[in-house]
Amino acid sequence: MRTTARTSRRAMTFAVVATLATGLLAGCASDDDDGGSDGGSGGAGGNGKTTITIGTFGTFGYKQAGLYDEYMKLHPDINVKENVTTRTDVYWPKTVTRLQAGSGTDDVQAIEIGNITDAVQTQGSKFVDLGKEVDKSQWLDWKLKQATTADGKTIGLGTDIGPMAICYRKDLFKKAGLETDRTKLAEQWKGDWSKYVAVGKQYMKKAPSGTKFVDSASSVYNAALGGEAERYYKDPETVSWDKSEGVKKSWDVAMEVATSNMSAKLKQFDKSWDQGYANGTFASVACPAWMIGYIQEKSGTAGSGKWDVAAAPTAANWGGSFLGVPTASKHQKEAIALAKWLTAPEQQAKVFAKQASFPSTPSAYSTLKPKAETSAYFSGAPLTQIFSDSAKTIPSQYFGIKDQPINTAITDVGILQVEQKGKSPEQGWDAASKEVKDVLGQ
Amino acid sequence: MTVSKEALAQSASSADAAPSDKEGAARGTHGRGTAKAPDSWRSRLYRWDMKASPYAFISPFFIIFGAFSLVPLLYTAWYSLHHVQLSSLDTQTWAGLDNYTNLFSSDFFWNALKNTFSIGVLSTVPQLAAAIWLAHMLNYRLRGSTVWRVVMLTPYATSVAAATLVFTLLFAPENGMINWLLDLIGIDPVNWRESDWGSQFAVSSIVIWRWTGYNALIYLAAMQAIPADLYESAALDGASRWQQFRHVTIPMLRPTILFTVVVSTIGATQLFGEPLLFGGVSGSKGGSEHQYQTLGLYMYDQGWMIGNLGKASAIAWSMFLILLIIAAVNLLITRRLRKSQ
Repeated sequence: MRTTARTSRRAMTFAVVATLATGLLAGCASDDDDGGSDGGSGGAGGNGKTTITIGTFGTFGYKQAGLYDEYMKLHPDINVKENVTTRTDVYWPKTVTRLQAGSGTDDVQAIEIGNITDAVQTQGSKFVDLGKEVDKSQWLDWKLKQATTADGKTIGLGTDIGPMAICYRKDLFKKAGLETDRTKLAEQWKGDWSKYVAVGKQYMKKAPSGTKFVDSASSVYNAALGGEAERYYKDPETVSWDKSEGVKKSWDVAMEVATSNMSAKLKQFDKSWDQGYANGTFASVACPAWMIGYIQEKSGTAGSGKWDVAAAPTAANWGGSFLGVPTASKHQKEAIALAKWLTAPEQQAKVFAKQASFPSTPSAYSTLKPKAETSAYFSGAPLTQIFSDSAKTIPSQYFGIKDQPINTAITDVGILQVEQKGKSPEQGWDAASKEVKDVLGQ
Repeated sequence: MTVSKEALAQSASSADAAPSDKEGAARGTHGRGTAKAPDSWRSRLYRWDMKASPYAFISPFFIIFGAFSLVPLLYTAWYSLHHVQLSSLDTQTWAGLDNYTNLFSSDFFWNALKNTFSIGVLSTVPQLAAAIWLAHMLNYRLRGSTVWRVVMLTPYATSVAAATLVFTLLFAPENGMINWLLDLIGIDPVNWRESDWGSQFAVSSIVIWRWTGYNALIYLAAMQAIPADLYESAALDGASRWQQFRHVTIPMLRPTILFTVVVSTIGATQLFGEPLLFGGVSGSKGGSEHQYQTLGLYMYDQGWMIGNLGKASAIAWSMFLILLIIAAVNLLITRRLRKSQ
């Protein structure tokens, strides 16, 4: 009797060990996002509610603008949960692998402009066609086109866009003996970024000590390229980065900046860049709409009233995102409804009011009103008008599948070498070319 | 615990009693009376228990290792022989050794290998030297020795991200503390992120800071195991403290030193988090001239930033082979040392 008791105890132990082991495996399999998801799209949440998860990166502003709460109030049976990944470069690879696995995706998935071509060309079948669900004409044409597959499916609804302006420190401009009126300044550099650089050269002649004209050469490059018709690809099959007129022009402008001592040589989104805003070490910056909130945050109260906004040399776009619904979502209908609601003009206007993310739906433009605080911060500049003027004339750009790594190669290898390591523009271009070839596997 | 002990005792006695196989035959008449025993399911179970239990106990490790290390390892090998893009994992075309030949003819790969090596040396050598020195100091009678030992281990307990963030601020080209100190003694500021040696030094310093205390503790443990009479007799022979350290402590620590060298070398080969975070935005490039891009970073850049999973897998396997070579060299040295003793 004693022995049987023992064997059964052994069996128990074994069972426990086995359970623990499988539990451990299962525990590893359902990895959490850094936002802390409860294992992807959970089914019915507490008290019969359906939980819809939305995967975003950075700061989308939906939560900040209270949109989720509002939606849940409108739809008492829905519970919205946001899974935020801070960095885009972590977010997209993760999302792509989950899309292909057909599981683990959120019900609504945000897509950044740099990845939209990747999504359209390779993940088209993994997303629901949202074109049938909405009035497509409410979006800017070029924005809609970017999220449309070759066979006409709309896989993402446009959220914000990044129409370009120039943000500048009025006080520093004045000290350097430059024009400070926003319309006159815009007139000075209208049409060509090299005119903007010319103003910079003028600034440097009498620059207040410890200040430069612009934060970095790369930011000027990105802004200039955002206004060109051709980027790195002619069409889906043809990489034309080394022959592209847009790239060549933007590169030349960036080289002028990098070699004429007018740049503070900072890397955008670095800590030192933030400090540059706080300490006022650069007098102007290429300023897509989403930068407005950033400047306010980083320059702090000390910068209030010192900043102003003028129209950019060319109408350009920098950044922006889309919302898509993966076919793997278990609550497609609810997810589509949420995506539709969040990207509707009214809601886009609310996000603009909160953090100046600029809507991709023109019908919202007439109703846009920045916060009084924001207006005052930027010396009462007519933000809505400047950005919507830019938005309406942005050229339709084609983003290639490797657009983002090519861009990184040019800005963070080529331009950076010239700007920070004192290489010649030719050496910088050669280094960038080598890097791009590596990216393209040539 | 009691369960297994009891079982072991019981199984041992049952093995004695049960004349099975050769053992039983050798014992001859002794166990003939219980010859029927093997047929009982219970004793079979015991024998099976005896044989299988150890495997069952170690199985969790191997199951997890298989699922999360071996399968990915083999899958990576498969990937490395194909053209695979991150965005279309399903379309794989056979590449043969293309990825490898591409890699070995690429300047970026050799540059990354060179950086991994030089950052490895820059971080491992001072780190181990400082660790021995620290351990030696802590081996003396000190007031509050536990406090010192705990303090020494705190960097090891800090996360890579937190440590790197602080070091990035210290090494900031403008307004950084290091450049400020350099300025005080009249040295021109260094661009710690873009200069070739400066950036490697900065990355190494993070590694050194984090791992010195850990190694010191290992050395300390080994030092305390050295018999005191060795030092006494050395002292009687008139050996100074330094001579005692050189001729008693170091030789006695040899196996420990070898262990830490191997562990640090493996760590250095896989160096990833520190340079990635030190680089800030697009840190996977490891600087504009890849001046501190390690193999780990190059793999990450290829696989996740650029999306060439095939090539990234080839890098992963190359790293694996490099580690095997290091292990082999280590084995040779250990043998040498043993022979020379």
